[in-house]
Amino acid sequence: MSVPASQAASLDDSSASTGPAEAIHIENLHKKFGQLHVLKGVSLSARDGEVVAIIGGSGSGKSTLLRCINCLENPTSGLIRVNGEEIRLRPAGDGNSVPADRRQIERIRSRLGMVFQSFNLWSHMTLLENVIEVPVHVLGVKRAEAVEQAKKLLARVGLAEKHDVYPAFLSGGQQQRGAIARALAIQPRVMLFDEPTSALDPELVGEVLRVIADLAKEGRTMVLVTHEMKFARQVATHVVYLYNGQVEEEGPPEELFGNPKSERLKQFLSNIH
Amino acid sequence: MAVMSDAAVPRPRLQAWLKPHRIGLIVLALAIVLAAVFLMRWDWLPKYLPLALQGLWRTIWLLVLSVAFGLALAIPLGFAQAAGPVWLAVPARAFCTVIRGTPLLLQLWLLYYGLGSLFPQFPWIRESFLWPYLRQAWPYGLLSLTLSYAGYEGEVMRGAFAGVARGQLEAARAYGMPRFTAFRRIWLPQALHRALPTLAGETVLQLKATPLVATITMVDIYAVASRVRQDLFVTYEPLLLLALVYMIITGILIYLFRMLEARIPQRLG
Repeated sequence: MSVPASQAASLDDSSASTGPAEAIHIENLHKKFGQLHVLKGVSLSARDGEVVAIIGGSGSGKSTLLRCINCLENPTSGLIRVNGEEIRLRPAGDGNSVPADRRQIERIRSRLGMVFQSFNLWSHMTLLENVIEVPVHVLGVKRAEAVEQAKKLLARVGLAEKHDVYPAFLSGGQQQRGAIARALAIQPRVMLFDEPTSALDPELVGEVLRVIADLAKEGRTMVLVTHEMKFARQVATHVVYLYNGQVEEEGPPEELFGNPKSERLKQFLSNIH
Repeated sequence: MAVMSDAAVPRPRLQAWLKPHRIGLIVLALAIVLAAVFLMRWDWLPKYLPLALQGLWRTIWLLVLSVAFGLALAIPLGFAQAAGPVWLAVPARAFCTVIRGTPLLLQLWLLYYGLGSLFPQFPWIRESFLWPYLRQAWPYGLLSLTLSYAGYEGEVMRGAFAGVARGQLEAARAYGMPRFTAFRRIWLPQALHRALPTLAGETVLQLKATPLVATITMVDIYAVASRVRQDLFVTYEPLLLLALVYMIITGILIYLFRMLEARIPQRLG
């Protein structure tokens, strides 16, 4: 139950208010699914321009942690701040907390670009329609404007020729790149990636990772749950290793991958090549 | 299927028809039609044509309105069962169970002879602006057909709503879509699209349920056929014509639903 030194340090940072602003700030987050205690007091911070990679074994709670940031999972307790704004929570009947203010959480969500493991492109819309959906129907962008922007984004992820194609007719890699374009279309403050390559055939992983790496290069703030250790090492500015619902170790990638301190992380890394 | 085989076979259309078995069948069909035309009695047709067209029009609007209103009811009925709170889901389920568990003829008669005969006992109803309508048969016919369609399709929509993948709705939630927007833009269109093949079949069944309104004095196309039989003792000819009319309407319905389904291309397998 010992609090890692780096975590304490990051808490100090936030009060000092130096450097880029904090885009995501999570403090002492707990999440229970019934009896199952999945997150046991996790704290996490992502500053503007940072790429935070969350790694850990299966069942360590990394996806749950990411999904708590936009309250897709309702946390049991804890503090979540997005762009300096605290998500107001109120206790629900089941022991977890739910967003107290629907408007607030919808507004916050509409600036977080979520990318799912299973793409979740809307199957009844073409790729272009998918990308303009949220700008037009949630953010109130004019359709022509949204279409123009969507075309640029689709060209950027290498899908310029696929505007009018329905998701079912695209490969997994194309769908995930389309999903990234959809996330970018809302002009997110932070991109959230939930194991974006885990559902892909091995030969399709590279094309998606290249797109994400490009985003990292241009200084986009991202929180990334991933199994691709090599990739995390390349693009992340900060890596968090979760074990059994707690932050076991965190730090810059060179340190975490090059010189892991915790026994569990050493073992975890030696199991993955 | 038809579209696909056409696309797969590039040879001219006419040539495709000129296969021995097809020629045989075409000759047979022509023979039946010619026999029907020349050997049967059709002299009544011009006299009853205006009435028949009126009846046809009545059948069509009865079908279209009952399907439209019925579907408008079925969507909340299905959604309440699939995702609603218990106090909405239970009555919705009860409604669907009662409607599906009793014959449509019984529902129609209960409304027309039961409810319809209760109304005149209340002076305030007789004085209301609705009375001219409540005295006629068509509101009861339309109402019971609507409720019947709503009952069956409520169950279909329940399955369709429940069958929309969680991830589709989660994506809507993750991007901050307000709940109603997510329903209107994602959940409902996907559920309707899933339900379309079933709805097509159910709408054809609904067409063939419409003749029941003849039992409460509505003169639809079926009632015209039976009137010809009563007036002239001509039995088969009007029934044959009636069968043809229903088949044509069914064909049109199926074509329209195919068009709707084809709006979103499907990938099979």
